[in-house]
Amino acid sequence: MEPKEPREPHHEVAVGPADDPKPSRFDASPILEPGHTLSSVTEKISMITLTRRTPIGWWIGFGISFLLLTVLLYTISRLILVGVGIWGINIPVGWGFDIINFVWWIGIGHAGTLISAILLLLRQDWRTSINRFAEAMTLFAVAAAGLYPLLHTGRPWFAYWMFPYPNTMGLWPQFRSPLIWDVFAVSTYATVSALFWYIGLIPDFATLRDRAGSRPFRFVYGLLAMGWRGSAKHWQRYETAYLLLAGLATPLVLSVHTIVSFDFAVSIIPGWHATFFPPYFVAGAVFAGFAMVLTLTIPLRKFYNLEDFITIKHLENMGKVLLATGMIVAYAYVMELFFGWYSGNEYEIFMLKNRTTGPYAPMYWLLILCNIIAPQLMWFKQFRTSPVVLFIVAMFVNVGMWLERFVIIVTSLHRDFLPSSWGMYTGTIWDWSMFVGTIGLFMTLLFLFVRFLPVISIFEMRTLVPEAKVTHEDET
Amino acid sequence: MRKKLPIHGVIAEFSDATQLLRAAEEAHAAGYRRMDAYSPFPIHGLAEAIGFRGSRLPMIVLAGGLIGGLGGFFMQYYATVISYPLNIGGKPLNSWPAYIPVTFECAILAAALAAIFGMLALNGLPEPYHPVFHVPRFEFASRDHFFLCIEATDPKFDPEDTRNFLQSLEPREVSDVPS
Repeated sequence: MEPKEPREPHHEVAVGPADDPKPSRFDASPILEPGHTLSSVTEKISMITLTRRTPIGWWIGFGISFLLLTVLLYTISRLILVGVGIWGINIPVGWGFDIINFVWWIGIGHAGTLISAILLLLRQDWRTSINRFAEAMTLFAVAAAGLYPLLHTGRPWFAYWMFPYPNTMGLWPQFRSPLIWDVFAVSTYATVSALFWYIGLIPDFATLRDRAGSRPFRFVYGLLAMGWRGSAKHWQRYETAYLLLAGLATPLVLSVHTIVSFDFAVSIIPGWHATFFPPYFVAGAVFAGFAMVLTLTIPLRKFYNLEDFITIKHLENMGKVLLATGMIVAYAYVMELFFGWYSGNEYEIFMLKNRTTGPYAPMYWLLILCNIIAPQLMWFKQFRTSPVVLFIVAMFVNVGMWLERFVIIVTSLHRDFLPSSWGMYTGTIWDWSMFVGTIGLFMTLLFLFVRFLPVISIFEMRTLVPEAKVTHEDET
Repeated sequence: MRKKLPIHGVIAEFSDATQLLRAAEEAHAAGYRRMDAYSPFPIHGLAEAIGFRGSRLPMIVLAGGLIGGLGGFFMQYYATVISYPLNIGGKPLNSWPAYIPVTFECAILAAALAAIFGMLALNGLPEPYHPVFHVPRFEFASRDHFFLCIEATDPKFDPEDTRNFLQSLEPREVSDVPS
């Protein structure tokens, strides 16, 4: 085997059968800065968790997030006491912020699964240092998303009626309804994501158990590690399970947003009833999710000095994904207009006219600016490699994807078939407080995660270290 | 019931992955069969080197997926055709295309649960106690060191010979694992 550039990371022993190292086609910027060893990687990542000194910045961030979380708790209490009437939803717009935010959050979650499962199957080494964090983001985003349909039912304490269980009423859920498909899709997604995440954490829990200074922490991490001892037989089954889970999570993540899009596409509302909704929604979800991963990793790597592990290469790759999925989304917007026009249906044509020039037109054009125009910066390498520009573009996309769901839901509903039933929709203070509150929930969980669990998969990072390379005698 | 042995085995510590893999291969070649290797990250070929033949996990996952999918489909079939048939405009009761999303999700859920709990069960986890944890330096197995343990249940095991054999592999240290 040819001697390689010292800067190029080895990956012979990584998760997945990677036999030959792939030369990087475009440039030499590494996915792990040189000079790291097994112990330095272990040390650096685990100390973020094990240090006794909690950074003051963490307290500030956690404090603000927790404050927002209390806003959520207050809103939910009021919602349950008074009813969903405190939200702005009414006929004709029966789906407002609750469904917009549900779709927004669940879409964000998709990037985590994409990074951890699809990029694993595609043997993209660079996923290694961001997958743990992205999976956590998925989990918390799904938790935030799940609250909306739950509370939108109006009587969340009867939410279990949506599950098929033997009951004295002799009833079953309506299995022919996309809303019940959604219940199955989202609950399966939440369960599988949580377990996938936990399984990924087990070897790292063992590291923390062996390194934790105080007894209570050793005990808790020890419990969570379940007695993991790094046995070769265990690793073999572990990797098999991990690979199979990645293979299962890949169609799962595609199915989740497909089914979310069925909530719209299966109805007959102009602007919703379109066959291209599933791929359009999945691309939009990946787009939104990568934007959120960028929004979170850029401050994280700066604050915890993780530039060695989350390098410019990672940010640049995410910028490329943002551009690619952004172009798919742009194509979908164009096709949406084309289909409406080509259908020759007066309601479809009116809907498009209303969407682009009606009372909500500013939202539509702002969405075009955020989702199509802003990501075009990613064509240029100097922007893709600049954390500041990436962060700003990601923010545009976060806003743009929220606007996209607003436009799809509200402009389709507020003026449909019968002009006498038209109406306008705006979110009330409680809609906004609920939205801000779920951001608080999401951020609070993320801050706790960063403090108590390893933000980067330690054992997978070890496989990227040159020292981890196994040299076979017959190769020398 | 296993008979009580004075020690669990003899363990050798290595400082890199290549050494461990070579040591495992040599131990297997020397006729040892009951052994285990410990490393801080997965090493390809190590499980095979200690004579471990692939696991049954993929079959368990396949079975889980099939049970989940069939169970999901027939649950819906039972609900809409047998338990609570509802005639809507003469449409067929067994409207199978509408059952596909839930069937698919049930298949994935059951397969994923089978993968996770199957892996844990085959690995015998959770297992909070294991003799190797008695080895003082074993905590480095989750950090940057590599261990090979030849267990006392091996027919070829002999406290002295095995120790000398492991010593010949140029490890960092060899020690007994109390049972």
